[in-house]
Amino acid sequence: MGSNAETGIESPDGAANPIDTDYEIGQDNITKQIGPFGLDIHNPVFLISGLSIVAFVFLTLAFQESVGPMFNDLRGWLTSTFDWFFLSVANVFVLLCLFLIVSPLGKVRLGGQDAVPDYSYSGWFAMLFAAGMGIGLMFYGVSEPISHFTTSMGGATVGDGGARTDWAPLGGAMGDADAAFDLGMAATIFHWGLHPWAIYATVALALALFSFNKGLPLTMRSVFYPIFGERVWGWTGHVIDILAVFATLFGLATSLGFGAEQANAGLEFLFGIPVSDGSKVVLIIAITGVALISVLAGLDAGVKRLSEINMVLAALLLLFVVLVGPTMDIIKGFFTSLVAYVEYLPALSNPVGREDTNFSQGWTSFYWAWWISWSPFVGMFIARVSRGRTVREFITCVLIIPSLVCVLWMTAFGGTAVHMVNEGVQAIADAALPIKLFTMLEQLPLQAITSFIGIVLVIVFFVTSSDSGSLVIDTITAGGKVDAPVPQRIFWCTFEGLVAIALLLGGGLGSLQAMAVSTGFPFAIVLLLACYSIIQGLRSEPR
Amino acid sequence: MYRKIMVPVDLTHIDKLEKALSTAADLAKHYDAKICFFGVGTNTPSPVAHNPAEYDRKMAAFAQEQGKKTGIDCSGMTRISHDPAIDLSEIIVHAATEAKADVIVMASHVPGIADHIFASHGGYVATHWDHSVFLVR
Repeated sequence: MGSNAETGIESPDGAANPIDTDYEIGQDNITKQIGPFGLDIHNPVFLISGLSIVAFVFLTLAFQESVGPMFNDLRGWLTSTFDWFFLSVANVFVLLCLFLIVSPLGKVRLGGQDAVPDYSYSGWFAMLFAAGMGIGLMFYGVSEPISHFTTSMGGATVGDGGARTDWAPLGGAMGDADAAFDLGMAATIFHWGLHPWAIYATVALALALFSFNKGLPLTMRSVFYPIFGERVWGWTGHVIDILAVFATLFGLATSLGFGAEQANAGLEFLFGIPVSDGSKVVLIIAITGVALISVLAGLDAGVKRLSEINMVLAALLLLFVVLVGPTMDIIKGFFTSLVAYVEYLPALSNPVGREDTNFSQGWTSFYWAWWISWSPFVGMFIARVSRGRTVREFITCVLIIPSLVCVLWMTAFGGTAVHMVNEGVQAIADAALPIKLFTMLEQLPLQAITSFIGIVLVIVFFVTSSDSGSLVIDTITAGGKVDAPVPQRIFWCTFEGLVAIALLLGGGLGSLQAMAVSTGFPFAIVLLLACYSIIQGLRSEPR
Repeated sequence: MYRKIMVPVDLTHIDKLEKALSTAADLAKHYDAKICFFGVGTNTPSPVAHNPAEYDRKMAAFAQEQGKKTGIDCSGMTRISHDPAIDLSEIIVHAATEAKADVIVMASHVPGIADHIFASHGGYVATHWDHSVFLVR
């Protein structure tokens, strides 16, 4: 330990190269006592974020008929017109991450050369997964492989205008079940493997590097210091942070709203609880209530513990499906899917000259925009729990291992489901999205227990998202402080639940989700700049 | 009666601690006790320090300065928390036991409505620590 000779700033644990800036963390914050509650909020990020979110919700509810189509059109236009851009940007992130694993820059340790990891591998990994995509795997683990398998079997069809009208990935695999399985699994893994995790890893690495090693506040704007310099503390930075809050809150609130619809459908399937607005509102209140308890328990006793519980439950469910389902097919499928993924990866990630536009725009481009819009939230949470890891260790654990787990999960659940559909269990293919998983589990023994574990997993994954999302928004709106007064994070957690209820009852969940996804476009540009910042930042670090 | 006094301090708001610091100094002089200033930092940059190492150094410097000012044997002690807004009180209790302190002198606010919802740090420490706790208002 010791101070840095050039900047006079104390080095973190061991050698590091902090940025010398006159900006003091919290200097723009408003610190006040309002009644019995303390307040420590960034001016103007907190106020503008909060007020504009309220305004957007109000406008969406008041002018649903015009606002809804507008946001949906915007999202559709962005993901179809700029599909080449989204696909290219995601490829850049993957290449950057792979480069960092093998380059000498991978030796840099987050927090300084002598920093010790804050969390054990199990706790760290559980949190990465819960924040990253736990909930998505529950819903799409069965449905997406079936969908791609089915469309691939149908092959390519060309409409009157010469454009493809089918939704099959690449050229499809007309009537060839084995080839359709491979293509379907490759396409699914493509959407849940290296690319999304590379997006998260890039954002998380940038935040961790500029916070732990460079000594800047833990907010999105800090990443852009090498580009904008001191201007990052002014309106340039305000806009970046507000956009991050916006994308995170709307992403979480709309997911919570849709999640309540899906959880309600699952509960109806399992216990006969009717699908109604009342049930959904009760679910949102319950999920938000548990998230509040978790928020009040703190990071270690709350979100970390819940993530670990979920990790164990998810592992048990996975093991059960592997052992009770077609075990040999799953094991074989894991390797064949992996090989198919590698084989089809260049074609699936090709950004130009695609004929399968429905697939590349409607699936891939949409997914990339969605992952990118979530990246400030997931990236920031991952950054916060990753101090003490080397860049190489960090990328390997955030990129490679989760991707392999996704392959295993998709093969076990999706592969088993496709196997069942092929054997004539049409119910899985016909089931609505939220209950596809449960319909699949129904075909296996101990359905009551496994389905119950499934619904618990779904709900707890939502709780961990709500909890970690509130922590992230609270940190950004407190100017990077992680010790802002507790009522502030309670406010954000509750606010998110209220926005979800308002949109659920008043309509507009879909349109605001479309808007949240649309923020993926400006963020994609911003994140490209972050790649430059990362390289610059890492090159100046001692290795 | 007392040999070691622990004084939890928030280096961001030293101006608000004057009364607690004076009380601790008077007690220390009266009983010929040592003072251990204690702070909970974050692993992310904060208004006080860019990193844990800097926070530790600042706490040591603060203790040294207080020692010079009062002539009392003072030391600094820090712990890093992942979530200090929540974990602070519990960490103070553990640290006081670890430091073998026999009294904690800490600044606390006048109780209000919020204290019925969230226990104050002083209230928590007094409830969960075996030894004496002196809350200064």
